Amino acid sequence: MSPISRGFHGRRHETAADTARVPPGQYVTSDFPVLSAGPTPHTPLQDWTFSLRQAGTDLRTWTWPELLALPAEDVTVDIHCVTRWSKLDTSWRAVPIDTLLADVDHQGTYALAFCDGGYTTNVPLADLTAGQAWVAYSYDGQPLPPEHGGPARLLVPHLYFWKSAKWVRGLDLLAADEPGFWERYGYHNYGDPWREQRYAGD
Amino acid sequence: MAGTAVRGRLTWQVATVETVRDETASVRTIGLAVPDWAGHTAGQHLDVRLTAEDGYSAERSYSIASAPGEPVAITVERLDDGEVSPYLTEELRSGDEIEIRGPIGGYFIWTGDDAATPLLLVAGGSGVVPFRSIIRHRHNLGSDVSVRLLYSARSLPDVIYRAELDDAGDGVAVIFTLTRQQPPGWTGHSGRVDQRLLAETAWPAHQDPLTFVCGPTPFVEAMASGLVELGYPAGRIKTERYGGAEAP
Repeated sequence: MSPISRGFHGRRHETAADTARVPPGQYVTSDFPVLSAGPTPHTPLQDWTFSLRQAGTDLRTWTWPELLALPAEDVTVDIHCVTRWSKLDTSWRAVPIDTLLADVDHQGTYALAFCDGGYTTNVPLADLTAGQAWVAYSYDGQPLPPEHGGPARLLVPHLYFWKSAKWVRGLDLLAADEPGFWERYGYHNYGDPWREQRYAGD
Repeated sequence: MAGTAVRGRLTWQVATVETVRDETASVRTIGLAVPDWAGHTAGQHLDVRLTAEDGYSAERSYSIASAPGEPVAITVERLDDGEVSPYLTEELRSGDEIEIRGPIGGYFIWTGDDAATPLLLVAGGSGVVPFRSIIRHRHNLGSDVSVRLLYSARSLPDVIYRAELDDAGDGVAVIFTLTRQQPPGWTGHSGRVDQRLLAETAWPAHQDPLTFVCGPTPFVEAMASGLVELGYPAGRIKTERYGGAEAP
């Protein structure tokens, strides 16, 4: 039983319609806050590639023009950051992970996303397929700004947003799960916002 | 699942407010008695949960201001459009109970093990809070690691922990810059931290300093990029950002 915080009323400004879309413990913001563990990397587009990898070998690599040439979707989704902000109806242009995976033969069950700056995050492959995840390169009709993960970031909106790795450069397709950066530092391994899986053990 | 089995669950617990101290007109340090605190590392944060009479609750994260081994304290800046911070800075009194869980975060931490290289701390506004924990921890350890704290504040009355920082001890240099208002006779730096001031105050890159940057996002972006330009390897720069005026 939580103690009552005498004199605390809270704000509760979300509409009823929003409430159904906002996971427990989250509040809606119209801003787009930034969280990263280090400096923002700036990789020139001519050096940028996206790779699907298995057991240390690149199965397939796309250059920036090759990625842009793939069929893309306009995606409008709600996103939920573990630091408690949620942002509704964010719009992205993005290539489905399904499209990328269709191009390779692999035996992976888990994916470890790797990024410029050394960031990693792990997601079961079943959460990246069936239209649930993308590589996004445009936000709100504009090229994705570097502080928000540009040139391209992973977009996995049904998990907490740290899983939507910024500055993503590829996926390592793994037979066994391997925790990524925040997952090693005490954050939840899976990160379902609707089950409030913020920290390990939640 | 792999990697999760060894970690304990962070459970909510009731903490009692022992002390409240106003640091500035909008910033307050809250000392807590936490019966089952597992201990923390300098730089970590904790979650606070407030519950209204009808069961509505709101949670936010705050940096821990006290050193490891000291009673848990948080320092909170009031955001006028905030939901939790006005309550913590204006309503909360000694003897009140709030729920907390933590400590949280294993990256933006300083354990004192990396004593061979100097430490650079770069703070914007209330971004100085985790650095109080680090500086106090250094003192408690008897560490002789050299520290420079570059602290950007709006004005002298907005400087948090001023007396404590003025008395930080040998080996800790505190460099202030006041961005909006300087008192008469101010001999410190004025204005935002630009590349010139950063180059002047940061340790030379060849000394391989370990750097922590904490503050509002635009500040952290500018400082981290500036340090990379000075030759700091990105992997030696740890950042923590908060939404500042944007986030409630």
